[in-house]
Amino acid sequence: MQQPLGEQIRVRLEQDAPVFAEKKGFQEAWRQIKRDRFLYALAALPLLYFVVFRYLPMVGLIIAFQDYDPFLGIGAMFSLDNFVGFKHFTNFFDSIFFWNVVRNTVLISFYKLLFGFPLPIILALLINEVRITVFQRTVQTISYLPHFFSMVVAAGIVRAMLTPQGGLLNQAIVAFGGEAQAFLTDPNLFRSILVTMDIWQQAGWNSIIFLAAMATINPEMYEAAAMDGANRFQRMWYVTLPSISFAIVIILIFRIGGMLDAGFEQILLLYSPSVYSVSDIIDTYVYRAGLIGRQYSFGAAVGLFKSVLALILMYMANKVAQYLGQEGLW
Amino acid sequence: MKLSRGEKLFDWINIFVLAILTLFFLIPFLSVVSTSLVSGREYALRGLFILYPYRPVLSSYDMLLGQGSIVVNAYIVTSARVVVGTGLGLAFTFPLAYVLSKRRLYGRVPITMFIFFTMLFHGGLIPNFVLVEKIRLLDSFWAMIWPVLINPWWLLIMRNFMLAIPEELEEAAIMDGASPLVVLLRVYLPLSMPVIATIGLWYAVFHWNQWFDAAIYINDPKKLPLQLILRGILEYGTGQYSDYSGLAEMTELTDPPPAESLKAAMIVITTLPILMIYPFIQRYFVRGIMLGSIKG
Repeated sequence: MQQPLGEQIRVRLEQDAPVFAEKKGFQEAWRQIKRDRFLYALAALPLLYFVVFRYLPMVGLIIAFQDYDPFLGIGAMFSLDNFVGFKHFTNFFDSIFFWNVVRNTVLISFYKLLFGFPLPIILALLINEVRITVFQRTVQTISYLPHFFSMVVAAGIVRAMLTPQGGLLNQAIVAFGGEAQAFLTDPNLFRSILVTMDIWQQAGWNSIIFLAAMATINPEMYEAAAMDGANRFQRMWYVTLPSISFAIVIILIFRIGGMLDAGFEQILLLYSPSVYSVSDIIDTYVYRAGLIGRQYSFGAAVGLFKSVLALILMYMANKVAQYLGQEGLW
Repeated sequence: MKLSRGEKLFDWINIFVLAILTLFFLIPFLSVVSTSLVSGREYALRGLFILYPYRPVLSSYDMLLGQGSIVVNAYIVTSARVVVGTGLGLAFTFPLAYVLSKRRLYGRVPITMFIFFTMLFHGGLIPNFVLVEKIRLLDSFWAMIWPVLINPWWLLIMRNFMLAIPEELEEAAIMDGASPLVVLLRVYLPLSMPVIATIGLWYAVFHWNQWFDAAIYINDPKKLPLQLILRGILEYGTGQYSDYSGLAEMTELTDPPPAESLKAAMIVITTLPILMIYPFIQRYFVRGIMLGSIKG
């Protein structure tokens, strides 16, 4: 296919006279923009959305360095009088909440990873070995289902399971001669509940990517392994698992990159003051102290602290993935 | 192929383990469904969690869905949210995806980066709230639409799909005298229908399930979507909504359902539409997981 004319000209100009091309470049760019004015017009409104609802809040982060008063106008956001530097950040770092929320964020994420990451792989391995298609499809369909529940519904189901007023689990405990418990207000159990719920809701869904990786394995590998006398389990262990190990590593890296998102909506819907000590994460703290407590500047500062850390983590995850030969996210 | 004894054993153990896991995924929801069907009388006799009620009753549903009830109102709000959110979402996502799929476009890479960056970094909860407050969207239906109008990830997936449409089609149409708008509507729109349908479904399910934005932006109970009425009932019971007719008739019932049954029924009501279309839409979501490279 022939290159578009503009491209041809650009290439020629760059080859022949780089300095001259600079000047021509603007004219050429302008010509191209004029030619595609329909496309720019089409993109304008959607791009305006990004400016207003994605970038303006970033500009709004300026209030993290101020004592912002919601009752003053927008002008106050840009007046120098209100700037207080890093006051809100140091207040946060010095507060008794700091270590608690950071520890809870990292710990809850870590537990979700530790217990929630291997299970989808195991599930995919098992599903992959099923020979009865109907059974295979049924298992998949049912295991994906909780992923489609809203967080409110999922949390509602967990509450219904655990309520001391006749929840499933307590009924079972009572039936076996135990005593009903208030699970959701027990600090010793709360994190385990979060992790279990996360597995229930996401394990099936997270297995899809591994199943897809397994589908690309060459069947001849299995035949060769069988020829060498490998039984089913050995084929699973020595053929399937190594073939998807790359996918496992890459997904693990990006999960670690997203570690600061420990499950804001889930925790917000299930926690209560009696379990704050083990469940209050950075996000829930921003919500309570910043939004409900109306300390906008302080909340913005804590949120910014988290956003910057998350960006760095994701950047590092991407670098590691690229180092390993993956294309990376960008 | 004849299976050895070991192979058969492997198959049976595998099926057994998977069956247990499947029950783990299914039972919580099933038990909620059966709890929603328990009557007050049966509750008194047998306790609340029963695998299946002897005499299932719909009294919880009757109560929640009575004439003029807040639940019915919330159903309308949520449906409106789904229709408007999906329609506008697609109306904004499709043109931008189309533009970004034009390799010749001057400034394509910077514009793509401009969008991609918003996936990695956001202003966060407080600045978003301040913005919505400042543009006077608080307590407005539109607070649930505008801030989440375009999902950048889905936008780039749609763009990737359109990148695969050969450019020659556009050149041929222009040769035939088609204007850019005609090219878009007559050539690219029909060819993009599969990806538009898929992403439309994602927007629809997203808007049906989304709740947190309404929780912080909307106060008026009449404007709350279904998810938030569910949350209110789960955490505080139905009492707070007793001003709304339909729920107030509880005391007049001869056999009022236990509170836990009401909550369970509300869970079922909230998720029923998802459940009904789920078997048909599942594959569109599975497909989406495979897409998603941002490069190009």
